[in-house]
Amino acid sequence: MLPLESPDTAGYFEGGRLGELRVQACLACGRLRHPPCPVCPWCHATQREWRAVSGRGRIWSFIVPHPPLLPGFTELAPYNVVLVELDEDPTIRITGQLVERVGASPSTLDPATIVIGAPVRAVFHLVEDVGFLQWVRDDVEGEGRP
Amino acid sequence: MLKDRTAIVGVGQTAFAKSLDLSETELAVEAILAALDDAGIDPGEVDGLVEYSLETTDEVDLARNLGAGDITFFGEVGYGGGAGCGVVGHAALGVASGQCDVAVAWRSRKRGAAASRPWVQAGQGRAAAPGALPRAADWHRPWGLLRPVDQIAMLARRYMHEYGATRDHFANVALAVRGHANHNPRALMHDRPLTREQYFAARWISEPLCLFDNCLESDGALAVVVVSADRARDCRQPPAYIHAFGQGFHRQHQVMANYHAVDPLLGPSWACARALWRHADFGAGDVDVAQLYDAFTPLIPLSLEGYGFCGRGEGAAFTEGGALEWPAGALPVNTSGGGLSEAYVHGFNLVVEGVRQMRGTSTCQVDGAQTCLVTSGEGVPTSALLLRR
Repeated sequence: MLPLESPDTAGYFEGGRLGELRVQACLACGRLRHPPCPVCPWCHATQREWRAVSGRGRIWSFIVPHPPLLPGFTELAPYNVVLVELDEDPTIRITGQLVERVGASPSTLDPATIVIGAPVRAVFHLVEDVGFLQWVRDDVEGEGRP
Repeated sequence: MLKDRTAIVGVGQTAFAKSLDLSETELAVEAILAALDDAGIDPGEVDGLVEYSLETTDEVDLARNLGAGDITFFGEVGYGGGAGCGVVGHAALGVASGQCDVAVAWRSRKRGAAASRPWVQAGQGRAAAPGALPRAADWHRPWGLLRPVDQIAMLARRYMHEYGATRDHFANVALAVRGHANHNPRALMHDRPLTREQYFAARWISEPLCLFDNCLESDGALAVVVVSADRARDCRQPPAYIHAFGQGFHRQHQVMANYHAVDPLLGPSWACARALWRHADFGAGDVDVAQLYDAFTPLIPLSLEGYGFCGRGEGAAFTEGGALEWPAGALPVNTSGGGLSEAYVHGFNLVVEGVRQMRGTSTCQVDGAQTCLVTSGEGVPTSALLLRR
């Protein structure tokens, strides 16, 4: 299952193809928001952009799903899903999977080694035409561009 | 103000089962007719209908099958399990404001079959099928955060991390509620005792949650009848007065995957509780018995905190020492077995059990219970009722 690109989210997907994590930002007050929405909840401006962030953050929480799941995930299980709070704004929390290196399957990472608070960074690998977001521990080498 | 001006005077239900033959429409009518009979009110007198927005039978079809009279008040409350107390509260508002005289609220739900679940039907191609799920799901599903249990497990893990809650605390909830179901012949788990060893030996569903942290998936329907306090005195059954009603969701809430508010562990129950207690003559310490929404065990400690039975972060410790268990616990919870062990009907069985406690007819009757808190889904825009005798 891949995320669906739409006119509203084109900037996010463009970032993924370039290997940079982008988050919706208000052009008036500058505040980040996620998931995206058309009006800034804080200043009500509608001018907005997809702003590149450092891609660095910390694990806020994680789960390890087991079946019954959907096809495509059943074969991966057990796999991890992490929620990462961004260094720029810890109230912005982004979903993903922690992997050993870019492009690796999340099911090859031992979930017992995942620690809340651990620093991680965003990487992207190309799946069809989507730069797909993954997270690696921040000491893992590599560019993380598709 | 709504305070004690209306009462629940009729309750009805179908059997609960993994699979029932009747349609959701037929089950709804069966439960509503039983509730009207319980109250001693003719279906032709029904003039108010309030339903969950997820009902498959709309008000028009329901009224037709029911043989209801002219309907002068109708509406829906959204957000699945958050709506249970909401539909009853809206029915009470309709009666108290004079828009209708006899209001019915109900839930009929067939989810025993695996293929019936929304997370399965939401699409397996790119992202979610349009309209099938909130758009926020597009930011979770591609990474395998698929099911309600995954969404709540993420919050549960963080809750354990912040406050030192353990799986033993979640087991306290599962065991207390199962123990109550073992007294209730209508409960799906009536004949199935559960031990702590079985809890810890169970398979994972989404770590840190195992099988017994999850509610049942079942078929069934329940209904209640709401009338004015004046009329209630002439009905067949002792009234369960609606003392207070609240609805709520908090600032920057996101449904289920509530990770994007500033403080995700301050869930909708905190907002709802403020609306509820503002209208009440008593507080959490005066609640004799509670029916707390239990789609997943961690929702109970979160609700205990939100509704003020303990301080923030103390909900898990509150479950220790059998505090939730009938008859000796400080706050017996989900005395029919709840969603975890009686049936999962989007929490409407909690409302009906609350009424039984006020009538003195529960299979785990709290001696002399005068007040009961009923809550709906934590994790979604929610609602709550304070019932009193």
